[in-house]
Amino acid sequence: MAVCIAVIAKENYPLYIRSTPTENKLKFHYMVHTSLDVVDEKISAMGKALVDQRELYLGLLYPTEDYKMFRKLHNSYTDVMCNPFYNPGDRIQSRAFDNMVTSMMIQVC
Amino acid sequence: MEGLTLSDAEQKYYSDLFSYCDIESTKKVVVNGRVLELFRAAQLPNDVVLQIMELCGATRLGYFGRSQFYIALKLVAVAQSGFPLRVESINTVKDLPLPRFVASKNEQESRHAASYSSDSENQGSYSGVIPPPPGRGQVKKGSVSHDTVQPRTSADAQEPASPVVSPQQSPPTSPHTWRKHSRHPSGGNSERPLAGPGPFWSPFGEAQSGSSAGDAVWSGHSPPPPQENWVSFADTPPTSTLLTMHPASVQDQTTVRTVASATTAIEIRRQSSSYDDPWKITDEQRQYYVNQFKTIQPDLNGFIPGSAAKEFFTKSKLPILELSHIWELSDFDKDGALTLDEFCAAFHLVVARKNGYDLPEKLPESLMPKLIDLEDSADVGDQPGEVGYSGSPAEAPPSKSPSMPSLNQTWPELNQSSEQWETFSERSSSSQTLTQFDSNIAPADPDTAIVHPVPIRMTPSKIHMQEMELKRTGSDHTNPTSPLLVKPSDLSEENKINSSVKFASGNTVADGYSSSDSFTSDPEQIGSNVTRQRSHSGTSPDNTAPPPPPPRPQPSHSRSSSLDMNRTFTVTTGQQQAGVVAHPPAVPPRPQPSQAPGPAVHRPVDADGLITHTSTSPQQIPEQPNFADFSQFEVFAASNVNEEQDDEAEKHPEVLPAEKASDPASSLRVAKTDSKTEEKTAASAPANVSKGTTPLAPPPKPVRRRLKSEDELRPEVDEHTQKTGVLAAVLASQPSIPRSVGKDKKAIQASIRRNKETNTVLARLNSELQQQLKDVLEERISLEVQLEQLRPFSHL
Repeated sequence: MAVCIAVIAKENYPLYIRSTPTENKLKFHYMVHTSLDVVDEKISAMGKALVDQRELYLGLLYPTEDYKMFRKLHNSYTDVMCNPFYNPGDRIQSRAFDNMVTSMMIQVC
Repeated sequence: MEGLTLSDAEQKYYSDLFSYCDIESTKKVVVNGRVLELFRAAQLPNDVVLQIMELCGATRLGYFGRSQFYIALKLVAVAQSGFPLRVESINTVKDLPLPRFVASKNEQESRHAASYSSDSENQGSYSGVIPPPPGRGQVKKGSVSHDTVQPRTSADAQEPASPVVSPQQSPPTSPHTWRKHSRHPSGGNSERPLAGPGPFWSPFGEAQSGSSAGDAVWSGHSPPPPQENWVSFADTPPTSTLLTMHPASVQDQTTVRTVASATTAIEIRRQSSSYDDPWKITDEQRQYYVNQFKTIQPDLNGFIPGSAAKEFFTKSKLPILELSHIWELSDFDKDGALTLDEFCAAFHLVVARKNGYDLPEKLPESLMPKLIDLEDSADVGDQPGEVGYSGSPAEAPPSKSPSMPSLNQTWPELNQSSEQWETFSERSSSSQTLTQFDSNIAPADPDTAIVHPVPIRMTPSKIHMQEMELKRTGSDHTNPTSPLLVKPSDLSEENKINSSVKFASGNTVADGYSSSDSFTSDPEQIGSNVTRQRSHSGTSPDNTAPPPPPPRPQPSHSRSSSLDMNRTFTVTTGQQQAGVVAHPPAVPPRPQPSQAPGPAVHRPVDADGLITHTSTSPQQIPEQPNFADFSQFEVFAASNVNEEQDDEAEKHPEVLPAEKASDPASSLRVAKTDSKTEEKTAASAPANVSKGTTPLAPPPKPVRRRLKSEDELRPEVDEHTQKTGVLAAVLASQPSIPRSVGKDKKAIQASIRRNKETNTVLARLNSELQQQLKDVLEERISLEVQLEQLRPFSHL
């Protein structure tokens, strides 16, 4: 199900991106970019300042059952952020993060 | 047996062997099993062994005494030398070499034996030395790595003058006389240059790389069997390297006959504990880590924030990526800060990495921070030297090949020389400011009790309230005080239970009380309140004075059930007492004068009580229908039908003057009607109150309201009306009590009867409440358990 997972930084560049090898990576990267546009739309459309990522997520393409996956992803992301050795803006190179993403992709694919 | 003359070497050797076999430390008899092992190791045919045993007398005696053992050993030597086994050959054979025992563990023994004899030939022939008893014990513990140390030890032994440097700082073990025997042609092993203060380790390291050679060397001098048991470091670097320290030191010690038992005990412990665990932190290491921790964070139970840890570990000059990975591994609770355990794990990983170990994907078991705080290893003194990071140039870690030295190997180097320790320069690797993370999250500690306020069920409180009301209104007869006192005690107990379970303290409730209501609430216990009430009633027969502060409705009422009820109860009590005063004989003090005010006081109190009582007791009185005084109830009901309070009052047989009855009547009315008719109650209550002379009106009203709302919450609302009705009946009957003061005994007895009935009802209520309390507690416990279970999964 999940063939591509990407973590995009605020500056719209990917901090982390991984696709299943079956599909063309480039295509996915484009998709990620286009989805960014959707996200942007949503953000701009929302009047309130609060950016509820979950809502945004649910409002996007994926159905709600992937919510759990998103949460896992988000948790792992926060764990990465917590690492004092991690520079915000660096590509995410955490092995634990990789493992988690891999497990997620395997589990849902 | 025959007299056995042993040479000194033989004597020593035999005594050691005896001790070796004397695992039970009997000093007299050795274990047969050990002896048999020993004999098997002698590589003698079985029949020879049997013959030996027979000759020495063990078979006769059934055990191996010291003399038997010695004789046996001598016979073994005889047999090994090829001499025929004869009893007399014990003493006749001259220059008998020491018996040889071959086996992996006996390598050391044989070596040891070799050491005993100054015969250089023995060195060749004896592949091992029998270590001194404690050492043997350790040998027995024999991890594989233990054996692996053999080559090293021998290699080390070949360093004639190299002091054995062990991390434990044990005294340079052996008089290298012991090592003589282990001189091998494998001079390669032994001749390796020692790198500085850590000679022990470098040969070891060399031994690792040349372990295979070492094995070969060994095999040259020892029978093949022992080789099999040796594991070359090349094969198992991770497992054995870290352990080498201990076994090595143990070996050293084993070669020394005089080893403090304490030390060996420590060694044994270390060996057994660190068996097959390359990631185990030794005590010294741990102490070092703890010291380092202290430099950053003096409080050992505190945290090191992420930024400080980052700076600290950056000094190790490991690549950021690896540091990041180490951090991920060691920050167990993912809070952005390192506890002592986490810090030690991280430090250990850093050390491992610097020494060429690959970082694991998962945190090893031994590095996992324990949930319970470990005590500081205060037994080991501060490590000399490298408290900080030395300034010596950073050395590249020893080769990262499989033969890399163990972590423990490098440890002593760290302590004693800075050559191999990575120098942590002061420069920070990154000048960027990292996001500060909140590191105040408490470590996952199942020991911490989850303390959170638990909403209190209204049920108990309302029941209490009802009970109190009941008491208040119903027990003003013969023994008003006693049931009241009994009840307060029960209530207080329950309250205490509730408090302990649900409240932080009773005072909070009291505070809730005081915060919400008009009259100053007294956070004291019931008893004190009671006293207060009494004093009130005692002091003034006046109407207005006694009425104790009406039960505070309070927003906190829902939470502070028990106390609230206590309050109510005390109020009730006080009022009750006032009423009781008016009551005849059984009641102690109140004289007639108070009778008038008593009822008057009683009335509004009753109203309050009734109202609260009814409102609070959904399921309070389980068998209200069975409750007595239906006659009165009916009368009351009849009287209740009549909206006019005066009418009702008159109708009621024992009802007080109209206005007095109005309150209970109205309250009854309220009780009878839907419990949700708060407004009505409220309306009537104030009306009644206004008629009455008590200032109780306002408080009860909100009380009722709140109680009613709480009632609504409760599922047993349906019972409510029923129960309240019955209760109302009970209560209704009470107001008449004061009136009976002036009546004859019959009325008193009636009131007594009613009181007793009320008692039983309340007792039933009590038991039911207890049951409910238990249920609630169980629920709470199960919820807490669930919460605990879910908590670890919050990350994922």
